Amino acid sequence: MTDIGKSGAAVGEPVAQGSPAPTAFLEVRDLKVHFPTDDGLVKSVDGLSFQLEKGKTLGIVGESGSGKSVTSLGIMGLHTAGQYGKRKAQLSGEIWLDGQELLSADPDEVRKLRGREMSMIFQDPLSALHPYYSIGQQIVEAYRVHHDVDKKTARRRAVEMLDRVGIPQPDKRVDSYPHEFSGGMRQRAMIAMALVNNPELLIADEPTTALDVTVQAQILDLIRDLQKEFGSAVIIITHDLGVVAELADDILVMYGGRCVERGPAESVFYEPRHPYTWGLLGSMPRLDREQTDRLIPVKGSPPSLINIPSGCAFNPRCPYADLPKDNVTRTVRPELAEVGSRHWAACHMTQEQRERIWTEEIAPKL
Amino acid sequence: MLAYLIRRLIAVVIMVLVVLLATFTVFFMLPKWAGQDIAVLFAGKASGAEQVEGIRTKLGLDQPLLVQFWDFVRAIPMGRDYANGTDVTHCPAPCFGYSFRTEEPVWTTLKDALPVTGALAAGACVLWLAAGVATGVLSALKRGSLWDRAAMIAALGGVSLPIFFTGMVAMGIFVHSLGWVHIEDNLSTDDSIGVWFQTLLLPWIVLALLNAAMYARLTRATMLEVLGEDYIRTARAKGLGERVVITRHALRSAMTPILTVFGLDLGVLLGGAVLTESTFNLPGLGLAAVQAISSKDLPVILGVTLFAALAIAVANLVVDLLYAVIDPRVRLA
Amino acid sequence: MVLRHRPGTANLGGYEKMPTGSPKRRLAAGAALVVAALVTTTACGGGDGENGSDDAKGAGYNAALNKVVNASTKKGGTLKFIGKQDFDSLDPQRTYYGMTWDFMRFFTRTLVTYDTKPGEASNKLVGDLATGPAEVSADGKTYTYKLRDGLTWEDGSKLTSKDIKYGIERIWATDVITGGPAYIKQTLDPKGEYPGPYKDKSKDKLGLKAIETPDDQTIVFKLPKPNGDFEQFLAMPTGAPVKQSEDTGAKYTQRPFSSGPYKVQSYKANKGLTLVRNDKWNKASDPIRPALPDKITVTISANLEENDKRLMEGDYDLDVNGTGMTQSGRVTAVQDHKANVDNIQTSFVRYVALVHTAKPLDDVHCRKAVFYATDFAGLQQTRGGAIAGGEIANSTFPKSIPGYSDYDPYGILARKGKPDLAKAKAELKECGEPNGFSTKISARNNNPGEVDTAEALQEQLAKVGIKVEVDPIDGAESSSITGSPKVVKERGYGMTMSGWGPDFPTGQGYAQPLFDSRFLFESGNYNESQIKDKTIDKIFDDAIATTDKAKAEELYKQLDKRLLDNADWMPFIYEKNISWRSPRLTNVYSSAAYNGRYDYVSLGVVK
Repeated sequence: MTDIGKSGAAVGEPVAQGSPAPTAFLEVRDLKVHFPTDDGLVKSVDGLSFQLEKGKTLGIVGESGSGKSVTSLGIMGLHTAGQYGKRKAQLSGEIWLDGQELLSADPDEVRKLRGREMSMIFQDPLSALHPYYSIGQQIVEAYRVHHDVDKKTARRRAVEMLDRVGIPQPDKRVDSYPHEFSGGMRQRAMIAMALVNNPELLIADEPTTALDVTVQAQILDLIRDLQKEFGSAVIIITHDLGVVAELADDILVMYGGRCVERGPAESVFYEPRHPYTWGLLGSMPRLDREQTDRLIPVKGSPPSLINIPSGCAFNPRCPYADLPKDNVTRTVRPELAEVGSRHWAACHMTQEQRERIWTEEIAPKL
Repeated sequence: MLAYLIRRLIAVVIMVLVVLLATFTVFFMLPKWAGQDIAVLFAGKASGAEQVEGIRTKLGLDQPLLVQFWDFVRAIPMGRDYANGTDVTHCPAPCFGYSFRTEEPVWTTLKDALPVTGALAAGACVLWLAAGVATGVLSALKRGSLWDRAAMIAALGGVSLPIFFTGMVAMGIFVHSLGWVHIEDNLSTDDSIGVWFQTLLLPWIVLALLNAAMYARLTRATMLEVLGEDYIRTARAKGLGERVVITRHALRSAMTPILTVFGLDLGVLLGGAVLTESTFNLPGLGLAAVQAISSKDLPVILGVTLFAALAIAVANLVVDLLYAVIDPRVRLA
Repeated sequence: MVLRHRPGTANLGGYEKMPTGSPKRRLAAGAALVVAALVTTTACGGGDGENGSDDAKGAGYNAALNKVVNASTKKGGTLKFIGKQDFDSLDPQRTYYGMTWDFMRFFTRTLVTYDTKPGEASNKLVGDLATGPAEVSADGKTYTYKLRDGLTWEDGSKLTSKDIKYGIERIWATDVITGGPAYIKQTLDPKGEYPGPYKDKSKDKLGLKAIETPDDQTIVFKLPKPNGDFEQFLAMPTGAPVKQSEDTGAKYTQRPFSSGPYKVQSYKANKGLTLVRNDKWNKASDPIRPALPDKITVTISANLEENDKRLMEGDYDLDVNGTGMTQSGRVTAVQDHKANVDNIQTSFVRYVALVHTAKPLDDVHCRKAVFYATDFAGLQQTRGGAIAGGEIANSTFPKSIPGYSDYDPYGILARKGKPDLAKAKAELKECGEPNGFSTKISARNNNPGEVDTAEALQEQLAKVGIKVEVDPIDGAESSSITGSPKVVKERGYGMTMSGWGPDFPTGQGYAQPLFDSRFLFESGNYNESQIKDKTIDKIFDDAIATTDKAKAEELYKQLDKRLLDNADWMPFIYEKNISWRSPRLTNVYSSAAYNGRYDYVSLGVVK
């Protein structure tokens, strides 16, 4: 994990809502995304804040249902676009992109930013690409919606992009349909489509989950190379710490719709200060260890987002929930507290307790 | 694509042969197995034994079944002579049989009926597709709204009401009470386009009402499904406007199941809309079949059945080809 | 001689009845009623000129039954027929529908024809092509006709006795000329020795020996044995002339060559027919046909309810099928335009045949028990009541056929159709079944109301312990079910329900197929009671042999009495219908000879 050494400045101080426009390229302040359902209010994201600078990469890590994807769709404004008839998602907080607040902006303005200022790559390129249109048609469409050019020009651009993402014979493959591509090729095409307008922000939602292991590395390499080339800000969303280890400057760990730990990638990896992060590290596959003693999965299942456990949301699954006094883990929700340089964690255990457990119990097993 | 086309064509040819065989079995072999004399059925009422024998020779019913089937199939492209000593009746290609009641080749009946059935089907199709799909899309986009509920209740009504009821009500109001339209008896190709339009207007609407309801429900359901697809989210993530997302991305996918049903419906309709044609007295294939049944004109019944089956086969072929146009994945399949 | 049930009446007889046969039909009828209500309220409430004046002009309810409505000699205008069912054939030798026979007189003449007079006066035969009825030899075997002068074909050529002979000869060409009645052939050539004109070796194709044409104006028929109804056969369209050079064989139906005042301008099967004046027709040669309209159109239209509306709105003048209005049409017509309808008595009888081979119905007392236990008034109600259904029958003969009398041995009319259960039980005791018996009845499911009527009878007979199982059959195949004694036995039918109308208005034309033991066929049998009674057979022979009409009528009355006394065959309704008579029509009257239909050939229209 040599890449973690980079010094990052992606994650800044938590900032109170209503503060003046930030200087960071992307700043999310106290984002809440709630979905009303027949069973109750689903609090998918419940107060999330972070910052991201251009040229930097943020990894958002968590189990499924932790609110990672909802956050990304929230930034893209896709919770409000085209949600016909359904009960509308309730969004609050602020999302500042390049000095513009998105949640209060005109939806059509946000639409114009989508695909141009901010793009997204989805998990399963097969279902995310329209099966009836050729790759070229889909990229051309993405380009022309933001650029007033003729089809020929757009097509040249599409071929150029396909070439850039490493698709052989792009002038021929441009007319192929998604089902004629392999999984990796489809994701490359997807990336080409996402980057065709040189977006400032690229959100990759589980970009490699649906792919073969061998292809995963290639795609990650591609994203990193392209980021260097385009200088965009990148958010990588994953449940796999290994993926962010490759790419991220900063890491944000989500649990139950909230951030439980965040900081520079190096700190989070080597000095994690939240039991959930320990669990994630424990369940991360590593090639240098024996199978048998390696995986220490987090026991139990993710919390219900309708009835989030009181106190620390992680307490029912936390082996150390009883360490803090007065049953505080079950009654008081822990706030993020600084545990190192630009490194925050939300846990009731004392700094000492956590350092001791990490160094004595967890780290040796990893 | 060419390979696909050839494969589909071969499939249609096989299907047509199966249809021929099935039709032949139903009309020639089943009665025989059930112990009925087919010559008597063809001769109709009031026939003496000599007349029945004459018809037996004339139709070749005294031949082995295989020979009969061959004569029957061969007549369609080659024509056929029905001969019985002194009396030779020539039935030119395409010979779908010969009616001994009207003393005309069945093809003459079919040929006269086709424009009417065709015009009825075409007009009704356009109307119900437009109305049904538009209603379905709107309902899907406004799911749960008052509009959606009203439309779906209306659709349920449309599906449930029989055509002779809506037809009679429509005629009662617009022809008899208000006198807005005039329905020409026994529409023919000699009548002007204006007369055709006026005569077909109510049948179109009534037939469209019935089918539009089903298409609205189908469109709504498939649209809701398609709108949940990942590629619709992708389209929005590209920054496409909602209208483009709905029409170019969602509707195109939703068209596949609609097209499937549409192909079948169109095929069935081309085989004759029996109730509509009877209610409005439109001299199409359906009415020809009804009249043939009431006058026991077996060759015409057979001809219409065969033709209807062919219409469905061809409609299916067209749908298969349209699939390939819509969905590139089909071209490989 | 094979007598056949006239398909015209059989097929069409049911249409005027309330369609109660199946749930679907009930729904259709219900829908039609709703629509009728919707439309009539608006149409009549508005009282627009045309409808309002209709009633003023109407000649009155039943005005055309026994007199001529709007007698007129005014020519011109178009007479417009509408109908659901097309003609079976326009070829005179191939038609068997009553409506076609009535209509055909517009363009087809025969040696003799029914008189153009209202009611039963129409049953009289008068000369048409011939100067008058035949001169019959004393032995009743030779019929000689003299033709009128000035007879012409539509091309202006002279119509001769040879044309008549050739036309009649066509009946023998059974492989080409199918569908028509074979009475003339059976009478003149019972062994079928003549091969027909198409296989005729003689040069002029006039090889039939039984008909002689000594000159163009004379035609002689030589019968192997006498038949008092022979002229009736010649009055059917099968006795019509066909010009040999115009004979197109089987295709003649598409364009028959006219000998009457009108000729076919266009005919499209199942769509319609247009007749225009035949200007070569010589009025002086034809005292029968007033030929008033300039043009006659027939439109075939599938929707009966709609057709009724078009009639009432004046788009058309009358129903060519002549089977009466639909239920919804009837309701509107009787309520709002009663002066324009006639409650026509048809020659159609609804009956239950009591199968003599089915035990215990072989016993006359068991059959009599059925007569007494049947609630005729109830059956009448099921068939639509006295007006739309018809009158309760007492005789095996319809009122218009010689042989009918008011003989009522079971007191059916006396009790107004009500049953006499005590007598029924007494008869059951007589036949050794005091507690009743079980049997099966067939009813045709394509005849509206018939299955319902059989079910009503089932309920009635159950009251005296006669348990009847109703078996609905496909009416289209009845000739191979109820028409086959073997099948009747296999299925165990003790009763068969059906309807019957005469081919021609004599005892022979009506009754012989029903009751003569020599007409008991293995298939296509109409002697459904399977009566084998030498006395009855003898009465037929005597009645047919005589040319004395009064004597024949007396014999048929004896026949009727014997049938009733033996409780052989149980009639229950003399069928009636409601027919629309447009106020535009002139010279309208119901003709018994055409089963109560209006006499089409006399009609005219006011412009």
